[in-house]
Amino acid sequence: MKKLKILLNGLIKENPVLVLCLGTCPTLATSTSVANAFGMGIAATFVLLGSNVVISLLKKVIPDKVRIPCYIVVIATFVTVVEMLLHAFVPDIYDALGIFLPLIVVNCIILGRAEMFANKNSVGDSALDGIGMGLGFTLALMLMASIREIIGSGTWLGIPLYSGIQPMSIMTLAPGGFFTFGCLVALMNFVTKGKVRKKQKKGCAGCPSAAACAGAEKGECNA
Amino acid sequence: MKEMMIILVGSILVNNFVLSKFMGICPFLGVSKKLDSAVGMSVAVTFVMAMATAVTYPIQRGILDRFNMGYLQTIVFILVIAALVQLVEIVLKKYIPPLYRSLGIYLPLITTNCAVLGVTILNIDEEYTFLQSMVNALGAGLGFMLAMVLFCGVRSRMDESKNIPEHFRGLPITLIAASIVSVAFMGFSGVVEGLFH
Repeated sequence: MKKLKILLNGLIKENPVLVLCLGTCPTLATSTSVANAFGMGIAATFVLLGSNVVISLLKKVIPDKVRIPCYIVVIATFVTVVEMLLHAFVPDIYDALGIFLPLIVVNCIILGRAEMFANKNSVGDSALDGIGMGLGFTLALMLMASIREIIGSGTWLGIPLYSGIQPMSIMTLAPGGFFTFGCLVALMNFVTKGKVRKKQKKGCAGCPSAAACAGAEKGECNA
Repeated sequence: MKEMMIILVGSILVNNFVLSKFMGICPFLGVSKKLDSAVGMSVAVTFVMAMATAVTYPIQRGILDRFNMGYLQTIVFILVIAALVQLVEIVLKKYIPPLYRSLGIYLPLITTNCAVLGVTILNIDEEYTFLQSMVNALGAGLGFMLAMVLFCGVRSRMDESKNIPEHFRGLPITLIAASIVSVAFMGFSGVVEGLFH
């Protein structure tokens, strides 16, 4: 029961994108089409699972003072593995994700979970947390991508949905990304009756830089 | 010279890192509440971007390319940036304390800023020369600063407003404001062609 809770935690209650507001950059950049969003989500989930397991295994070995660089090396290794796999097997997705594939390294979801969860919990729990958070990220990304692709290009996963109406291509461009994300966070606020906003105020807990950030003490970070 | 100007103007206005490439969104949303912290953060980011480019470019061309180890790019670059940020912090603390006091608090946040890693990798992907890479890094930093300062102005008015629907308060309305600012930046597309061709 407890295990299931860890797994489901990342899906809705602590959804990394819509509730904790981590990993905003890849969310906005790769949600232009459902296929890209799915690729990004799965790549990040794989990295998250791998890094959570390894960091949890090494939690007694890594000295506290240099833990962040150590985590970054572990994460960068898994990102390189994913990059090579995607390049070899799904070159289309590899090309579409472009620069955002190596940038998974600095995705705050991954470093945040290492800092918040993996270095305190057992290997099994960390693996479940990685899968849960990764799936939460994928789901949020795909939800956003569906909205943007349907309105912006008139397709879903490349399948044409309607004809005769000109799609609003601005939704697939930068402004549409910010707009869709803003509306989705507002929707989460509405559905959870404001609980999300309270959590966002404490959002700094998930940020790996919180210890060094002046804003974190005052709770000023991330709106 | 003309080519340098095209890269510089392009990376400041047309391909603005924050508003059209979606890099560095976290500091853009997090540190844009007050003008002085927005400027401080942008100066620190610009500085680290230029330093990181100056260090990673020779590493890529001189070591990784020569010995066919391009696959190590991600790991090497992020380690170099993390080490560089630490080094800059130590040097500033020791030799230029006033600058450390104004920039120091932003430096640790920069390691996880994807704009810095992004600009170093983009410089390699675009196959720029060393000088072009430095100009591109500078332009990216200045573009980041422009977006931060402009958005800070928008935000200071918005946060005072009482007319925002309850569920939109906080992050959602900030994102929607960012969307409108980014529409304004879309107006710059084509400006490079108009100026230089």
